[in-house]
Amino acid sequence: MQELHNKIKSILENGSASLFIAYQKSREGKITPTFITKPEQSQKAYFGDDCKQNLAVYIHKQEVKNFGKVGIFANIYTLKSLLQIYAENQIRDDYLKVVTINPNGAIVEFANFMEIENYVNENKPAPNPEDMERVEKLSNLSREERWDYWLNELSTCIKCYACRAACPMCYCTKCTVDCNQPQWISTPSHSLGNIEWHIMRAMHLAGRCVECNECARVCPMDIPLNLLTVKLNDTANIEFGQQAGLKGELDYALSTFKVDDKENFIR
Amino acid sequence: MSNFEPKIIAFVCNWCTYAGADLAGTSRIKYAPNVRIVRFPCTGRIDFMLLLKALQTGADGIIVSGCHPADCHYTAGNYHARRRWIIFKSLLDFVGFDTGRITFSWVSAAEGAKWAQIVNETVDKIRDLGPYTDYSNLNKLGVGTITEVLNARTA
Ligand code: SF4
Ligand code: SF4
Repeated sequence: MQELHNKIKSILENGSASLFIAYQKSREGKITPTFITKPEQSQKAYFGDDCKQNLAVYIHKQEVKNFGKVGIFANIYTLKSLLQIYAENQIRDDYLKVVTINPNGAIVEFANFMEIENYVNENKPAPNPEDMERVEKLSNLSREERWDYWLNELSTCIKCYACRAACPMCYCTKCTVDCNQPQWISTPSHSLGNIEWHIMRAMHLAGRCVECNECARVCPMDIPLNLLTVKLNDTANIEFGQQAGLKGELDYALSTFKVDDKENFIR
Repeated sequence: MSNFEPKIIAFVCNWCTYAGADLAGTSRIKYAPNVRIVRFPCTGRIDFMLLLKALQTGADGIIVSGCHPADCHYTAGNYHARRRWIIFKSLLDFVGFDTGRITFSWVSAAEGAKWAQIVNETVDKIRDLGPYTDYSNLNKLGVGTITEVLNARTA
């Protein structure tokens, strides 16, 4: 931990960032993000296996951008998000100072996104076996059973949009759910609008989701909504050999195509 | 059920399938009158939300059709559309929509007969399947209390 503190301190001192985003742990053991602006606050930073939140979500915020250069402590999913966001041209290479702790416990500071790309590809997290199993199980049910399952789950959604707020890949300044001319998605928390919302959300994240599971973690209704994007990522990978968060160059399933893309349902 | 007439909404592109449907008309090819055609500049322009809206407002079946690969008026719109439908179909299948009710096809401006055949086959198929109410019925569902919903889920 001392090493991490020193690293943050030196980054803030030598001016390579004027804000550093990291995790902190309260006395009760609660993990929250912390925004460090003074070198002497560096010892607030904490890192452990319990640091799950995807901090990349903050770099889209104007309040954060106002700091100019920003440092961020990134776990592997945050790294994937940052790389994908970079590929989507949402951040400049020189805007971020990214720091991580590698599997051997050593601090790694990245000079640019090329290094992040290499690191992420060397330390690629395996797909979550639990999620894969649930997707597989659902896929093996009958169509009616799947419909009942999702209707049941999604009908509980209270449309708080915490999942959207927590997802680093949901950065549009105007979201389709907020659009009321036309009203694509009805606003009440009602089965119909809920299904529309989740289909829309999954479609817009297909092949872009980095599978950090932040959306499912923050959902107050415990809806396993990440399974939708996990499923679509799987489709994008099988059909187009495309995976999110592994390349610094844009390689997004739905903005590109191959002339010989295969399907078996168009007549 | 015997007098059930399927409502089919067809989302077609201006340059190929719409012209193909036009050709079917001028060639006096007879086909089922159950289809309402919505014309788009390009298949690439057909948002997946429109398909949901059609189902929500009572369509029993949907046709999505445009130029054959390599024939797009805008060069690549149909290639983009093809990818979108692959992903969208995968999602709808996963959520449990009856995707057998959606016909995807390529119909060129010269294929009036193919258009008539696609429409007829889709109408026959939907007639067999019956009205599609899974989705549009959600309109009528009441909003359960949270406790009701949660109890139903744990049960
Ligand atoms: S959709 Fe969920 S799992 Fe995917 S990147 Fe967003 S928060 Fe993470
Ligand atoms: S966090 Fe959960 S309840 Fe809130 S909008 Fe997302 S899915 Fe619905």
